[in-house]
Amino acid sequence: MADSSGEYAIEAKKVSKYFGKVHALENVDLTAARGKVTGLLGPNGAGKSTLIRVMTTLLEPTSGQVTVDGVDVLRNPAKARRHIGLAGQFAAVDDFLTGRETLEMVARLYHLPKKEAKQRATELLDKLDLTDAADRQTKTYSGGMRRRLDLGASLVATPRVLFLDEPTTGLDPRTRLQLWDIIRNLIKQGVTILLTTQYLEEADALADYMYVIDHGKMIAEGTSEQLKKSLGQDIIELKVKDAQLEKAKDQLNKQFGGNAEVDELTRRITLRTKNGSDDLLSAASALKVAGIKAEELSLHRPSLDDVFLSITGKKAEGDNL
Amino acid sequence: MSSMHGMSDTLQIVKRNVKRNFRIPQLLVFSSIQPIVFLLLFNFVFGGAVRGTGSEKYINFLLPGILAQTALFGAIQTGVGLAEDLTKGVIDRLRSLPIARYAVLAGRTFADTVRNIFVIILMSSVGALLGFRFHYGIGKFILAICLVLFFAYAVSWVSANLGLLVKDSETVQVAGFLWVFPLVFASSVFVPVQTMPHWLQIFARNQPVTQVVNAVRHLTQGGVVSGSSYVWHSLAWSLCIILIFAPLAVWQYKKAV
Repeated sequence: MADSSGEYAIEAKKVSKYFGKVHALENVDLTAARGKVTGLLGPNGAGKSTLIRVMTTLLEPTSGQVTVDGVDVLRNPAKARRHIGLAGQFAAVDDFLTGRETLEMVARLYHLPKKEAKQRATELLDKLDLTDAADRQTKTYSGGMRRRLDLGASLVATPRVLFLDEPTTGLDPRTRLQLWDIIRNLIKQGVTILLTTQYLEEADALADYMYVIDHGKMIAEGTSEQLKKSLGQDIIELKVKDAQLEKAKDQLNKQFGGNAEVDELTRRITLRTKNGSDDLLSAASALKVAGIKAEELSLHRPSLDDVFLSITGKKAEGDNL
Repeated sequence: MSSMHGMSDTLQIVKRNVKRNFRIPQLLVFSSIQPIVFLLLFNFVFGGAVRGTGSEKYINFLLPGILAQTALFGAIQTGVGLAEDLTKGVIDRLRSLPIARYAVLAGRTFADTVRNIFVIILMSSVGALLGFRFHYGIGKFILAICLVLFFAYAVSWVSANLGLLVKDSETVQVAGFLWVFPLVFASSVFVPVQTMPHWLQIFARNQPVTQVVNAVRHLTQGGVVSGSSYVWHSLAWSLCIILIFAPLAVWQYKKAV
């Protein structure tokens, strides 16, 4: 029997997946609380999609355990599939079918009787604002419409656990916000969602709890606040002329004990600090004494981007909204 | 109960693939024009040279061969289509649904058979215009066509394995010709095998394409190629191919990444 009373809708324990010598996942643990959104963050190739594929029965792990909605995914994949909705990052929708045909086909594949399948398709098209385009072949759809249709396909059987693998990657900001609204509505209906994303604002906006994965290992978890607090410190960020970059860095390192870092991409210097504004002032005067002019100088609380940068050593891949 | 679901799942996939075949018109156009071009070319280019095959006209010898060739070339598309579905994520979408494991593959191979029926009727009509006649009644002619379709269905499963293994539609296309060409040309499709070197004759006489083609000739031209053993041999070949390659494809599908 499906255990619907448990606290967690998804539980993955010590999941490993090896492709030959490549360790795509290494002893990964993850739990997703019922009725909440759990975010799974990580750079490209970190193992996000591999983990999703394992949890949705598409891929057998080398070792480990996964239960979804109380069903053991590895022992009983056929049953697990009835509890799971999956919307993938490739928007796997046939070009040559219409939106309505796609949803009806999926509904029939969930073994809904013909009449109900038609009804369900109409409902979902309406819900996803696709009614006007329902009878057009999906090759005429925009990227956002395809994603919505793909999401619709994952909702056909009103799953209680929904896996969204980078649902908004490549969408324009307006379309992304539209999808966020749809996702928020699903949460209201009590659906448990596991969301992978490259966009940190997306995780910040939607996820109640998040995991950060890199090189196939879980390297951090917590709420957005907890993750930000884990850095513990405010951040001073400054920009100087390129010619003075090294000199400024040395000066600050002298002052603050080797804490200054240069971001190669943005050519900015960042500095973790314990005494926020006091340190900001002494940084400013130290630079002035050395004859360096700061073009920008600011103090801010760590963002999720800073957390990501600090624990993965990489910037998040997604563009900012 | 679950086998009922399996059937209805397969039917849904057949519907999807048949729609694909008919809504991407270039697919159907080229898969029917290509064999017609072959038929015309071989009939008029080789027709004169390959006299003395026993039949009064080369077209009567050629058409049964071209039908088998069409079946083989069409089978390549099974693998190509599957590889395409794999890379586009369609297979992932389908595998995440609670459907029978074999439904996606069975749906694909059945849909390709539907297309083959269309193409083979077309080919027979063009053949008739060029002078092809069957001499032993419509019943035997239909039986002959069924043999070809059954063989095509069997070879589709071989191609499905290739598609699942290679996972890249263009590679499957190219690789397809690699295994199909020797089967088509080192057979009795275009010319009698007697003129081939001895070592090649051994292969050509015994391989399945020759069995199918000779069976069709037997059923439509009679005395030209005698022996109903070809009919049984071709049935046995097709059956064996399915028994080996269908479970193998389902196994590969389950493991497909």
